[in-house]
Amino acid sequence: MDIYEILFWLLTVMAIGSALGVILSRNPVNSVMFLIMTFFAISGHYILMNAQFLAIVNIIVYAGAIMVLFLFVIMLMNLNADVEPQKGRLVQLAGLIAGGVLFLVVLAALKSAKVQMIEKPSTDIGLITNLGKVLFTKYELPFEISSVLFLSAMIGAIVIGKKEDTHTRENTLQN
Amino acid sequence: MPIQYYLFLSMALFCIGIMGALMRRNAIIIFMCIELMLNAVNLLLVAFSKLYADTATNAGADAQIFVFFIMVVAAAEVAVGLAVIVMMYRKVHSVDINILNRLKH
Repeated sequence: MDIYEILFWLLTVMAIGSALGVILSRNPVNSVMFLIMTFFAISGHYILMNAQFLAIVNIIVYAGAIMVLFLFVIMLMNLNADVEPQKGRLVQLAGLIAGGVLFLVVLAALKSAKVQMIEKPSTDIGLITNLGKVLFTKYELPFEISSVLFLSAMIGAIVIGKKEDTHTRENTLQN
Repeated sequence: MPIQYYLFLSMALFCIGIMGALMRRNAIIIFMCIELMLNAVNLLLVAFSKLYADTATNAGADAQIFVFFIMVVAAAEVAVGLAVIVMMYRKVHSVDINILNRLKH
């Protein structure tokens, strides 16, 4: 058992354990912290597979930007008091069974598949020079379109989140 | 490392996300579970890109670009979705999804 395997199992236990923490903890702020831990474990897996660009992007975009947005919203709503009413036992059990049965089905289907090994990091597919060349030659059009997507998402978020006080403002203007 | 380990790991993460989305009532937690499922899929894509990686033909880079675009779409989705949740909180002062079944009545 070399260092590669030890790191793999360590990161796997960390990912699954903190993913369970996301759905089991009562306090939403703790859920966010557990989810950040999961993202760090997944980034560790990316580094083990020598996908360094994706590991860094995962940490910057997910743990850095998206989860901070979640944390802002949770603290804005003052949800950190755990006042969330729980679903009934029956519904919770149904959710548990549905997820567990899906996992068991896939496990049984893939258990006897042919084993293919992933070699130790040797290729430089995931390095930024290589991915940048592919991104800006072969996938340049989707890259440009994604900027339009971001722009529309930004405008959409502002329009949705805007306060609807146009009526009150008109009333005060009339007065 | 056999590819099955990565398959089982990402399937476990995906199923934990499904369980969370079905079990919780807080809209923000459900949203976080969707992010968890997206990340499980990303991990599997990277594992398969590593399996079929070939430096000469540059095979496997496509999957990693695909993961990059999934992250882009997820970021846009979170911005809009959280705006919707904040708007809903302003109207009904709760993020409980059981209050959101007004379309039923």
